[in-house]
Amino acid sequence: MVRAKFETSLEQLNNELIKMGTIVEQAIGSSINALKNKDIALAREVTEKDRLIDDIEKDIESKCLSLILRQQPVACDLRVVSTALKIVTDMERIGDHASDIAELVLNFNEEYSYNITEHILTMADTAVRMVQDSIDAFVEKDIKKASAIKKMDDIIDELFEKVKKDIADELLDSPEKSNMSINFLMIAKYFEKIGDHAENICDWIEFSETGDYKNKRLL
Amino acid sequence: MNNGICRKTTRISDYILKALIYLSAIISVGILICIIGYVAFRGIGSISWSFLSTVTSEINNTFGILGNIVNTLYIIIITLVIATPIGIGAAIYLTEYAKPGKTVRLIEFTTETLSGIPSIIYGLFGMVFFGKTLFLGTSILCGCLTLTIMVLPLIVRTTQEALRTVPEGYRTGALGMGAAKWYMIRTIILPSALPGIVTAIILSVGRIVGESAALLFTAGSGYYLPKALFSHIFKSGGTLTIQMYLSMERGEFDSAFGIAFVLVVIVLIINTLTKIITNKMKKGA
Amino acid sequence: MRAKIEIKDLNLYYGANHALKNVNMDIPPREIIAFIGPSGCGKSTLLKTINRMNDLIDGVNIQGSITLDGEDIYDKNVNTTLLRKKIGMVFQQPNPFPMSIYDNIAYGPRIHGIRKKAVLDEIVETSLKGAAIFNEVKDKLKKSALNLSGGQQQRLCIARALAVKPDVLLMDEPTSALDPISTLKIEELISELKKNYTVAIVTHNMQQAARIADNTAFFLTGEMVEMNRTDILFSRPADKRTEDYITGRFG
Repeated sequence: MVRAKFETSLEQLNNELIKMGTIVEQAIGSSINALKNKDIALAREVTEKDRLIDDIEKDIESKCLSLILRQQPVACDLRVVSTALKIVTDMERIGDHASDIAELVLNFNEEYSYNITEHILTMADTAVRMVQDSIDAFVEKDIKKASAIKKMDDIIDELFEKVKKDIADELLDSPEKSNMSINFLMIAKYFEKIGDHAENICDWIEFSETGDYKNKRLL
Repeated sequence: MNNGICRKTTRISDYILKALIYLSAIISVGILICIIGYVAFRGIGSISWSFLSTVTSEINNTFGILGNIVNTLYIIIITLVIATPIGIGAAIYLTEYAKPGKTVRLIEFTTETLSGIPSIIYGLFGMVFFGKTLFLGTSILCGCLTLTIMVLPLIVRTTQEALRTVPEGYRTGALGMGAAKWYMIRTIILPSALPGIVTAIILSVGRIVGESAALLFTAGSGYYLPKALFSHIFKSGGTLTIQMYLSMERGEFDSAFGIAFVLVVIVLIINTLTKIITNKMKKGA
Repeated sequence: MRAKIEIKDLNLYYGANHALKNVNMDIPPREIIAFIGPSGCGKSTLLKTINRMNDLIDGVNIQGSITLDGEDIYDKNVNTTLLRKKIGMVFQQPNPFPMSIYDNIAYGPRIHGIRKKAVLDEIVETSLKGAAIFNEVKDKLKKSALNLSGGQQQRLCIARALAVKPDVLLMDEPTSALDPISTLKIEELISELKKNYTVAIVTHNMQQAARIADNTAFFLTGEMVEMNRTDILFSRPADKRTEDYITGRFG
């Protein structure tokens, strides 16, 4: 009976992580749309949703700690619970960055005729895909998928270098738009960070299945 | 409906049972007190210094039971000296060494049966076997050997009980320390079982003191004082109980009650001593 | 590092009951090894086989070998008294003898012929200190050991086992009859003991094994399923049955 209850708790934990992943995924998607379409209302929605994400994070953390306290999980159970504790942080950060991007969109004003570079949009799409895929990999406990996602981070890093160059050029060409240029540099940086967090999630998925984290044995 | 915890009704059957239990207790204690009281009342008049310190003699015109007291001591001591080591040894063998099985069950069954046999049968056996076959005649030694057979089952069984109550942990603990089996028995098991063994001895003393049927035709009814410490065991010697039996037969109820009183006092002293010794041992443990 | 105890192809039968099946195990010196597994899995049997306490039971048939420092303990010439001097044992129920604390500790040395009071005094003191109970009992060495609390009694029993200066200590669920505080004290003591002794402990408490053992072996129906460093066994067991047992999915 006790074991059955523990199984149910683990199941619930998993479901909540998936739910949180979906919400985070939506948040980035919305912030990208807001960016593309200059949609102020959508941007505001994203910043408001960030609170919800924070709440879910705290809820999951509390559940994990309670499971550790009461069940003293070992072996695979311990890995599942500790993985949940770790990736919830990454998910929350991704949510934060989505909200950061949305906030920058809110600050866009009259001089919003900025040329969004192709590279930033590609970065955005790649970042969204990474987040989506990492959540899929988590649901499916798919290590292969997870390691494929980690490779995508290199693409994002490359794109970020390109974006940096684009923005440096833009700053030289039209210094009057320097404020916007810097905003876009930050947006690009946020996408780059989102990619990093998605990569972290994939590292923890691997740990959950194998006990190895970044090819080093943790447990 | 009253769901409180204070029950208003009391069951009558409870009261009746309680009354019956009290009644049983009063009856059993009452009988004991009555007997002791009556024996004391009737017997104390016969008790005098000469009654306790002389031997019945026509020449000296004395009537006393000293010879019987000495005989009783002889029989108690000799019987115990023979029966206790054998009994304890047998009990140790049965509980500690013998492998549980048919033989052990047979031995235990036999001892149980022996303890239920009427004592006159021991008397018959003793008279024929020790008296006639071994040419011991009617003598204290013959009586002692007969009584030995009679109290052996009691000592074996009581000692076995005592050995069985020694916690198994003592055995495994001692053996686990590397103690050899006999060392373990000597240093742990026997000391732990000692109160039980003492009880066995006391019960035996009780049986010896109270025995008449088994002794009448084996130890006889001699009442003279020993002339020599050792050779006395080959002489006929009646215990207090035998003497009392003879007195009753002759209708000398005053002296019978006198002896009865002496016996009761002896039994009381033995029981009290036992309690004291066992308590001391328990505290020492 | 050479194994202190090597168990090779050990099979043990209680009559027709095959209680230990092909157990192979190397117990390294000066470490704690825990035997875990469900009731009746053979872990206590194995423990008792190591100091030949199973010899006392009828119908036991033992095949295979157990060596202590390379010597076969089931050799015909082995003297169990000397064997048990080297391999001490502590039981589930604290079992101090019904004698004084001093005599309890001196019991073992006396078996081995030590009679001099000065020597015994010395042994009693160091053993009690070794079992972390000296300060609690130093003023009542002549008092009966049965008056001590359960936890103290168990530490006394450990001290008693230490008094003959063994190499190996076998402990059969030494804390299962004790309260949590006493358990903690005993666990601390065991962790301390491994500096000088090789300890094998049977426990039903997996957290206990996880807390104190260097190695853990998991048994199931007479078989040793898996033995590994404790942190590995509890984090990523190699065998599915081990994982099922330690996570409670068993049965």
